[in-house]
Amino acid sequence: MISAIIIIGSLAAILGSLLGYAALKFKVEGDPLADKIDKLLPQTQCGQCTFPGCRPYAEAIAKGEADINQCPPGGEDTMQALAELLGVEPKPLGEEHASKPIPLVAVIDENICIGCTLCIKACPVDAIVGTSKLMHTVIESECTGCKLCLPPCPVDCISMEPQTIAPDTWKWPYPVYELHPTTPTLPVEQTT
Amino acid sequence: MTDYLLILVSTVWVNNFVLSQFLGLCPFMGVSRRLDTAMGMGLATTFVLTLASTLSYMVSTYLLAPFGLDYLRTISFILVIAAIVGFTEMAIRKTSPVLHNVLGIYLPLITTNCAVLGVSLLNVQKQHSFIESALYGMGAALGFTLVMILFAGIRERIAVSDVPEVFRGNAIGLITAGLMALAFMGFSGLVKT
Repeated sequence: MISAIIIIGSLAAILGSLLGYAALKFKVEGDPLADKIDKLLPQTQCGQCTFPGCRPYAEAIAKGEADINQCPPGGEDTMQALAELLGVEPKPLGEEHASKPIPLVAVIDENICIGCTLCIKACPVDAIVGTSKLMHTVIESECTGCKLCLPPCPVDCISMEPQTIAPDTWKWPYPVYELHPTTPTLPVEQTT
Repeated sequence: MTDYLLILVSTVWVNNFVLSQFLGLCPFMGVSRRLDTAMGMGLATTFVLTLASTLSYMVSTYLLAPFGLDYLRTISFILVIAAIVGFTEMAIRKTSPVLHNVLGIYLPLITTNCAVLGVSLLNVQKQHSFIESALYGMGAALGFTLVMILFAGIRERIAVSDVPEVFRGNAIGLITAGLMALAFMGFSGLVKT
């Protein structure tokens, strides 16, 4: 019993002192800026920033090779802290790194609507019902939140509101195809 | 001499640690997406495994066996392996920052690489001598590196080929690994151990 304790203890002591010696011998003068950046990152090592961990990402930021908005787990707070540390303008999380956008749904303020039918013509999914001179309304379950009805409205009575995800409002994600870049047209945002 | 050669050949080809003993599968799946990371991981593992195999042999023979403390084998082997991995990480960080960058978070994973502990324990079980255990560890590591490089090469080709959607990603990786294991079974007639 006692010999076991002594032997394991001395083995641990020998290996520990070896590691301690190696830590001094192989000490790397790290980049102090990268160290500071590394401390701000959440250390989840998730790799969503496209780097193989938080430390490589911190080094890439320090070298100016990466942007400060590539860390989804850290989110806004980390980005703000990084912007403060580096003295640069905060910027929203990159599109491919941001968490999925909240699905929006159009809502027509029925007190202001003058019944011009312009938004009905603009709606690509026929989610707006109503007729000339009569109030319009949005069928919530059909609305894709594309915002195409916002520009035509002459009285600005349409607003986009976040849609709460419930079993009856959940939609299958749209199939995503690789699109070849062409001349930009009206931005079309998709839900989910 | 032939015995030593036999140990090397059998650990690299016949009783390959990854494909026929199924040890060390997590780095095998995790770090094999790109050829250069696979090579780096293989080299780091070779270094750690050879060292761990000999050191754990020494700990077992000269420290544990004389005092009849064989029941402490596993924990002291883990201690030795963890220390070697820590040492390797520091050494690589100092000598080759590029390799350290490439290996990133995978280097500490060698600590939990079951092939390393497996080799140390199998050394005791097979009652290897000092040189035999060193060769056994090196052979296991070389086999691991070989399989990693082969697998990474295949995966790089799979990444650009038209895989049916249900098989994409890890699914096709696992199927590939299975097919490789089948192919390696062909070596089992090579050496009788």
